Amino acid sequence: MIEAELSRSVRRWCPGATGVTGAAKLSGGASQETWRFDILHPNGPIGAILRRSPKGYGAAPTRAAGLGAEAQLMQLAYEGGVPSPRVMHVLTPEDDLGTGFIMQRVEGETIARKILRDDEYAAARPILARQIGGILAGLHRLPKDKLPELRSRGATQEISEFERDYRSLDWPKPVFELALRWLRDHDPGPSAETTLVHGDFRNGNLIIGADGVRAVLDWELAHLGDPMEDLGWVCVNSWRFGEIDKPVGGFGSREELFAGYEAAGRKVDVARVKFWEVMGTLRWGIMCGGMMQRFREGPDHSMERAMIGRRASETEIDLLRLLAPRGS
Amino acid sequence: MQDEPTPIELTKAVADFLRNDITPLISGHQAFKLRVAINILDLVTRQLIREDEGDAREVERLRVLLGIEGSVTELNRALAGRIAKGEVDLATPGLAEHLWATTMDKLAVDQPNYASYKRELSRDS
Repeated sequence: MIEAELSRSVRRWCPGATGVTGAAKLSGGASQETWRFDILHPNGPIGAILRRSPKGYGAAPTRAAGLGAEAQLMQLAYEGGVPSPRVMHVLTPEDDLGTGFIMQRVEGETIARKILRDDEYAAARPILARQIGGILAGLHRLPKDKLPELRSRGATQEISEFERDYRSLDWPKPVFELALRWLRDHDPGPSAETTLVHGDFRNGNLIIGADGVRAVLDWELAHLGDPMEDLGWVCVNSWRFGEIDKPVGGFGSREELFAGYEAAGRKVDVARVKFWEVMGTLRWGIMCGGMMQRFREGPDHSMERAMIGRRASETEIDLLRLLAPRGS
Repeated sequence: MQDEPTPIELTKAVADFLRNDITPLISGHQAFKLRVAINILDLVTRQLIREDEGDAREVERLRVLLGIEGSVTELNRALAGRIAKGEVDLATPGLAEHLWATTMDKLAVDQPNYASYKRELSRDS
């Protein structure tokens, strides 16, 4: 049982800890797992989360920053005032738990539909778009000299990469071709400023409480690039979960997002944000195709994965709404 | 010619059995998987009902747009290639209308409850 290894681990680095209890796996693929557990402590239990690659699964997918980098980024975010869990321990070989880290558990909700519908979050919803603007401004201001080693990606490279991914699917989709042409025609080139980009900042990857955003999660796609990428991605229609008239995660308007960002002292480039929203919509569509391919080739022959292939058409209608809107 | 009931009727019978008789017996993760399974069967039923007519309309539009003959797959491949080369774009008469009609037909099968689709559908009626 994982509790034995966790108990040995926490006794080493958490002064006073006597062991752990209540370990439960929250999510897990073949290569990465998330567990919740409580550290037993004389002052009361401490809620904790383990993120790890089990032993034998060291290699990260090419786009992922890796769990080591993720731990460093979360710690840096925490220190920089970006809502983030405190990293308590980075796993070492003597923990015998694989690679990864242990962080403080932040209570709240991550399921987008609950955040958008439940009464508990009714007071938070109207403030979230602006608050997210401020959080992104803080994230883009994190000191570059303290960042872990990250891949660097600009608009031009991203277009080429997605085009290659799309062509490898051999899945001729006229709407995706149209989007690729549009992206090439509107490629804004290198951004004036290169910052840390979260890469997957959206409704679903945020812990929300009645008071607003409590933590930013899922840093695995973090990279260096155009800060406007995060502002575009958070507006992609797929992350509005039905609240299509509220572009920012189904919470509020772009104007509120931009106001929050600029109130924190950073500039918005509206054309670049639009570019990244189109890019993000296509990106999710191509990812749907990738999941269909993995379903076909195995080993994950699940119904869920198969059905994600049938969600690519959602991104096609959203691309048309962006690029060829019909009369209002 | 195959005998009846039709695939549409058979698929719908299985979906209804799972929905009405099995759903109340199952909970937790298996209930989630069952919902996905029922959604798949409903999608297949919608496709069986709509695909022939939708494809025929799509082929007709593509023949006019491209001026060539072919199957729905071949014509889509040809259109994708022409857009990639820049020979056809949104300024080409009929392209936007074709892409909209094709996409609406897809959503009617794939995700008829998707909010963007419902919004665009209300525009059509």
